[in-house]
Amino acid sequence: MKAALFIPCYVRAVAPQVIEASYKLLRHLGVDVVIPEGQTCCGQPMGNAGYEDEAEALKEHFVSLFKDYDVIVGPSSSCVSFVREHYPAALEGRVWEICEFIHDVLKPEALPGSFPHKVSLHNSCHATRLMGMAAPSELNIPYFNKLKDLLGLIDGIDLVEPERPDECCGFGGLFSVEESGVSIKMGQDKVRRHLETGAEYIAAADSSCLMHQGGIISAKKLPLKTIHIIEILACGLNEEK
Amino acid sequence: MGNTKHSKAAAKYLKDSAKVDWQDETLWLVRGKRDRLSKQIPEWEQLRDAASALKLYSNSHLPELLEQFEANATANGAIVHWAKDAEEYRSIIGGLLTAHGVKHFVKSKSMLSEECELVPYLENLGIEAVETDLGERIIQLMGLKPSHIVLPAVHIKRQEVGRLFEKEMGTEPGNCDPTYLTHAARRNLREKFLGADAAMTGANFAVASTGEVVVCTNEGNADMGTSIPKLQIAAFGIDKIVPDRESLGVFTRLLARTATGQPVTTYTTHYSAPREGSEFHIIIVDNGRSRILADREHFKLLNCIRCGGCMNTCPVYRRSGGYSYSHFIPGPVGINLGMESDPERHKGNLAACTLCHSCSMVCPAKVDLADQIYRWRQQWHSSATKKAVSDGMSLVMGSPWMLNTGLSVAPGGMKVLSALGLDWGKGRQMPQFASQKSLNKMMKEEKDEQ
Repeated sequence: MKAALFIPCYVRAVAPQVIEASYKLLRHLGVDVVIPEGQTCCGQPMGNAGYEDEAEALKEHFVSLFKDYDVIVGPSSSCVSFVREHYPAALEGRVWEICEFIHDVLKPEALPGSFPHKVSLHNSCHATRLMGMAAPSELNIPYFNKLKDLLGLIDGIDLVEPERPDECCGFGGLFSVEESGVSIKMGQDKVRRHLETGAEYIAAADSSCLMHQGGIISAKKLPLKTIHIIEILACGLNEEK
Repeated sequence: MGNTKHSKAAAKYLKDSAKVDWQDETLWLVRGKRDRLSKQIPEWEQLRDAASALKLYSNSHLPELLEQFEANATANGAIVHWAKDAEEYRSIIGGLLTAHGVKHFVKSKSMLSEECELVPYLENLGIEAVETDLGERIIQLMGLKPSHIVLPAVHIKRQEVGRLFEKEMGTEPGNCDPTYLTHAARRNLREKFLGADAAMTGANFAVASTGEVVVCTNEGNADMGTSIPKLQIAAFGIDKIVPDRESLGVFTRLLARTATGQPVTTYTTHYSAPREGSEFHIIIVDNGRSRILADREHFKLLNCIRCGGCMNTCPVYRRSGGYSYSHFIPGPVGINLGMESDPERHKGNLAACTLCHSCSMVCPAKVDLADQIYRWRQQWHSSATKKAVSDGMSLVMGSPWMLNTGLSVAPGGMKVLSALGLDWGKGRQMPQFASQKSLNKMMKEEKDEQ
């Protein structure tokens, strides 16, 4: 299996450690993964803002970089869902969000390391409602949560969920700028509910939600940190060569 | 950049944070009730599938179904009228009321009457037009418009209602006990019912196979109103048609559960024939609906049964209030309906969505609300600044060299949006560019390894 790591542009810009953790974790789980050079952006911000036409060149570039890989794995459910829903059929069935890929395909029974902290799980809109990585609260379907399953493999973790566990945090790409008032209010409400669980960390499969909530946390100097789920799953790999 | 009508109105609305939280909690409570009730029905998701399929069927068989309805309603003794737009709707009603010498008119809740601005039209004709749904009555007496399609006065506090009734109905000063106020409204409305020369309802559904108009209320006000006068009118949009009673059952099971978290509305009345010695007129209205039907990307909007469920779940609606939207129907479905009615005027509402997709999953008839907003955004742009930002991003992202250079030039700690010349508002710090050193080292080692 030839696997490529898809590096979402903003994850690289603001949370490059997530890329490193993703790479190490996939290698640890026996995946022959490479990081194709020349990656930029999948075009999601333009599409959501109403300029999907401007993303056409980015799409072509993305397809040309990744077309020869059996699987394409990226640590961001919103970028992956954009590629799945808005790209031509060329990559169909090959694009995965990394947590989903580990859960559904690699199926590890154990992961090294321990994370002795209280963690509040952020079920992001795109992971939950677009990617189907957990049962959305709106639907009457049997409960499941792949992110919880994965985090349950880590020793010592005390995993909790906030009240309204999958309500949007209010980032929404350019929504956060164009509707900054509502965006900030949503973020404040979300962060407060995470804080009320007594957690030390908010963990998510989307760095964008974490970036936005991190902004609320630092503005209010709250005793909370944000962390990508992959960083927790890879916490035992730091010493590995 | 926050310069749409919605974002400006929302910014103003957000200043009263206690009221914002109260409104958000109130609406979330309704969403919670809906969740609990929907989870008591094992076949809930199949019901939604059935509702969606039935609506798609009905809306693609309108000529047959509407004519079948007309034939059955006529056979039942009703008189059926057709209105192509709001003006025809108003003039049919105005003509009927004038011909019957109506001075006092009562009506139950109907978003179609809001859409067609019926009440001001009748008032101009010198006819007293009284809203008999309690929420609508409060709003009418306050001179306001509904802020929600099912809970029209959800933004009004009982203290405000107490002051209003004190002035309008002579209730005790300072008494804002909900039961006391409801009794006062009941006494007041009873006089209106008794003195009415004509009554009107909207319709939640119209059954083609029987020619019945189905009206769902909790207060019985539609039934009370239509029980006395010699003239009864029911008006509905062409999208309210359902094939038969069996399919009606699918919708009545979904409607109240989604709208208010009740198993069923207190009253579900089937009107078919006029009472002895009275007339029953039915008006079937298009007013732009057939145009929506012809819109390839948005025809599913006609699946909407006006339950308001998308408003209760929308995190933006709950925190910006119904009046922040430029269209008379707010929230996710209102954003879409506004675009169908006048896109130039309502395109600002398109920004009031995070694309969280909660509305699409709550919708009992599976309108693809969020996807439709995404599609509208591709054709209608809410601001010029957004275009500039999108252009800037496309330029940088268009070349790996530009992105790499950008990231290596941007110092660790530099604020991301400042680089794009944007403001992220107070109360939230901007994300910062992180150092790429460690990642670049890893990527180099990876390359060397191969």
